[in-house]
Amino acid sequence: MCVKRAPAPGAKIPLTADGSAIDTRNLGFTMSPHEECAVEEAVRLVEAHGGSATVMTLGPPEAAEQMRDGIATGADHGVLVETDRTDWDPQATAAALGEAIAQLQQEGARFDLVLFGNESADAAHEQVSVRVAHRLGLPIVNGIKGLETSDGHVALRRDTAAGSERYEVPLPAAVAVKKGLNLPRYPALKGRMRARKATVRTIAALHHPGGLTSHGLRYPPDETTETEILGRGADAAPRVVELLGEEGLT
Amino acid sequence: MSTLPDRADVVVIGAGIVGNSVVAHLADKGWRSIVQVDQGPLPDPGGSTGHASNFIFPVDHSKEITQLTVDSQRQYEAMGVQTTCGGIELARTPQRMEELRRRMASATAWGVDAELLSRREVTKHLPFINDEVILGGFYTPSASVVDSLHAGTLLRQHALDAGALTVSPYTAVTGIDTDAGHITGVHTDRGTLATEAVVVACGVWSPVVARMAGGRIPLVPVVHQLIDVGPIPEFEATGTGVAYPMIRDMDTLMYERQDGADMEIGSYAHRPIVHNPEDIPSIEEAALSPTQLPFTEQDFEPQMADALELMPEVLNAPGAGVRHAINGLLSYTADGSPLLGETPEVAGLWSAAAVWIKEGPAVGRMLAQWMTDGATEVDSHSTDIARLYPHQRTRAFVRARAEEGFNKIYGIVHPGEQWESGRDIRRSPFHERTAAAGAVYYEAGGWERPHWYESNRELVAEYGVANRAHEWDRRWWSPIITAEHLALRHNAGMIDLTAFAQFEVAGPGALDYLQGMVVAQLDRPVGRIVYTPVLDPNGGFRSDLTIVRLDADRFRIITGGSDGARDKKWFSDHLPVDGSATLTDVSSAVCTVGVWGPRARDVVAKLAAEDISHEAFPFGAARWVTLGSVDALLVRISYVGDLGWEIHAPFESGGRLWDDLAEAGRPQGLVPVGAGVYGATGRMEKGYRLMGHELEAEYDPVEAGLALPRVKQQDFIGKDAYLAAREGEPAATLCTLTVESHRSEHGIDRFPLGHEPILDRNGRPIVDAKGRRSFVTSAGSGPSLGKHLLMSYLPPEHAVEGNRLQVEYMGEHYPVKVARVGRTPLFDPEDTRMKS
Repeated sequence: MCVKRAPAPGAKIPLTADGSAIDTRNLGFTMSPHEECAVEEAVRLVEAHGGSATVMTLGPPEAAEQMRDGIATGADHGVLVETDRTDWDPQATAAALGEAIAQLQQEGARFDLVLFGNESADAAHEQVSVRVAHRLGLPIVNGIKGLETSDGHVALRRDTAAGSERYEVPLPAAVAVKKGLNLPRYPALKGRMRARKATVRTIAALHHPGGLTSHGLRYPPDETTETEILGRGADAAPRVVELLGEEGLT
Repeated sequence: MSTLPDRADVVVIGAGIVGNSVVAHLADKGWRSIVQVDQGPLPDPGGSTGHASNFIFPVDHSKEITQLTVDSQRQYEAMGVQTTCGGIELARTPQRMEELRRRMASATAWGVDAELLSRREVTKHLPFINDEVILGGFYTPSASVVDSLHAGTLLRQHALDAGALTVSPYTAVTGIDTDAGHITGVHTDRGTLATEAVVVACGVWSPVVARMAGGRIPLVPVVHQLIDVGPIPEFEATGTGVAYPMIRDMDTLMYERQDGADMEIGSYAHRPIVHNPEDIPSIEEAALSPTQLPFTEQDFEPQMADALELMPEVLNAPGAGVRHAINGLLSYTADGSPLLGETPEVAGLWSAAAVWIKEGPAVGRMLAQWMTDGATEVDSHSTDIARLYPHQRTRAFVRARAEEGFNKIYGIVHPGEQWESGRDIRRSPFHERTAAAGAVYYEAGGWERPHWYESNRELVAEYGVANRAHEWDRRWWSPIITAEHLALRHNAGMIDLTAFAQFEVAGPGALDYLQGMVVAQLDRPVGRIVYTPVLDPNGGFRSDLTIVRLDADRFRIITGGSDGARDKKWFSDHLPVDGSATLTDVSSAVCTVGVWGPRARDVVAKLAAEDISHEAFPFGAARWVTLGSVDALLVRISYVGDLGWEIHAPFESGGRLWDDLAEAGRPQGLVPVGAGVYGATGRMEKGYRLMGHELEAEYDPVEAGLALPRVKQQDFIGKDAYLAAREGEPAATLCTLTVESHRSEHGIDRFPLGHEPILDRNGRPIVDAKGRRSFVTSAGSGPSLGKHLLMSYLPPEHAVEGNRLQVEYMGEHYPVKVARVGRTPLFDPEDTRMKS
């Protein structure tokens, strides 16, 4: 599973004074909800079929925390493709991850599935999964909310507005999954402890310049929202029903 | 959304448990124009109340904190937001078992029901505990869990219903105006109010808000880590929020409590993580709340293992995971106690900060009394923000002490334990000399004060002083103290008393002003000294101190280092508005050495240019005397009950004075003596009372044996209550007791150290007519009497000389005898030594 360390959502992310980066002093970090589902799916597959699950990321030394989060919920190994650089675009990221996976394969590892979250929690470029798959010569399907393996194949489901699309892909394959695929478990206390003691393998990241350059950060214009008081107590009920109806929820 | 009025009698900033309690109690006290603002939403504006674990263990070694906690429980119960589930403090080590026995004594002394449990009894209450890792427990059936957020809503509503309150959430304070040191108004992002009183109840933000007015509320936000593990089927099956007693796993500095289907696990074991109040994220920048910061798991790693070891089955239940984990911010102070009362810097700026959930409602009540009546029912000497000297209000000091103190929250803290950080800030001019003599320094009002001197070790053998058998009894103690005591009584001792706080009061109105402040008659001849109680308006003790009349319109107030900062505020606050008297703090200009003992006069006379014979310089007099090349104020008084003087000299001449005295005293056997004698053995043999121990707001001068023969004509603060106390029979009288046998069940001698309960012959607690329990206010050796002495207030039926009682110490009862009722000293009852 390839995941990305990103600031925990739910709050305004402060920027440094010069607008070149985010101010991380009081921030918590996490992986995206899509990636949590990827980790959960991998752990379930290993529980059902055996084998092992490895969680991997490209990031600074602190990103080992997300590897430990993965191990705490059941992944067997963590690999940190380590870098101090901050100028990683999807192209460069995919190249470094692809090379790291290739290195593990050369050492004898065999991956049936390379799982991604559909997009990262911060940049959401939706590119890395496709680029890594391309680099490794694997078939890739993204936007997946259903996954079942059978002998040598994986059956995938992608929901659309009108229904769903189904794919049957030979293994090995790459899959980018979406939130809703499963309900990720909370890490057990024992899992947390195992993760603290686990060794996270570090591979130096090789940087190949990509095509995107970040010039700075700024806040989007304030979204102004209108609050309409529908009424108080029971008087509000008819209008609430009406609105729910407009949203197609009744 | 309320609109803010233009003015208010008081603006309460903060809508956590403390601010909400303050508005309710102010309304009860008749305040009708209260505005409460908070930057956040209601009912949870985002401060520490919102993530508090909300449990209450009532027993604390501090009487004051226990009283506040029990009062809060009473209030939570009346509001219907309390679940009484009991709580058990566990011991994994023999040292902790001993601490739990001490806990038991505190429970008995402060009147909270509790019992010690064996390992098996613990598992009856807590079947999921791994009893192999514990030795026993301390069970408090009245321990409880409260809903502090709901309580807050009810408290605000109470004030709203009284028509006393305007509440304004989402309202940030942007400035506080003052004029000549008085509050005049509050600026917010929703408007400006004129007001003369502000209560800062902003928890971790309090320092930032107080600074807007030029005040200091010295606390730092520290991280307290807590996690939730669940769902646990065994807990889910109880169908209630709290079915099992709460657990404090004391040796691992952790607590665990059921919260519905989850186990909440909190820790005070991790490294101290101290933040700056200015760096707390804003509400919009906080994912959960500004005081719930991202969990730093690496700090919690050992705690996970400890929790799993204690309760493996529930925490390993299939499907149970870590559902919530935060680094919660809470307020912490240099001494771990709350910061209550008016700030010394700004009149009308009140602090209600660094308060736990367990104290919140009581603090509201206490503060409302203080703001309305000028006095509190519960003694406030250990919570009053004015207790702090300027250096104790600095960020650097608070940070250092908070870092050191954090792991003491569940620690075993010896009553004599000294701090390691924030030391060497106030040094007397004698310091080089005392250090060279091997002084072991204790802190007194932030001063480094010698407690005993290693250079006197040979006196231990000379006087045949025995060491104490038990490590706990001799920790922070030395047999040298006893030896120094005997050397002083035999020859003479010199004691560094520079830690005194001293104020000079001068001006045409000085006499009238001081008359109004103290009990004793001050209109005495120049050169007389007066020892006097200082009362609060309720007639309880505020202070006891000495006043020297230096001139017709000039007085020197000399008071103890521990309470000097409070005394300074009290006296300053009451200065006449017409400016006819001024108060100058001369503490840092004056050094003091006490020379006492039968040979003290021989020593001092060698240096004195003037006649200091008994006839020329009687007891109770003060004179300027030239000692060698130093002009000094000599005050013939003694807290150790022996012949001699307090010698007050210019600070910069202290070194010379010390050397000259030491030289002059060498042939007389003069030795340096520490505060171990001055503050305990010497004064207790003489029955002298100590502020904060025997003397406190809950006891009056009649009970303390300090009522004066006559009542002066002039009015003074607390006079009415004082007169009333003199009319009736005291509900209790301060007595000195002797320990009659020290032998424990283990065959070694034990020595109570203070705060233990006094029990009747049948082992029952003793309660006076006012509901106050008898406990040891001070304990110490009486070397000249050959007895270990205890002081305690006893009701009339027990305050009978010769009466046999018991003291509970570390789970055992020791026989004691009432040796003295009232203030007459046990040693030298006629004061012949001191007055000859």
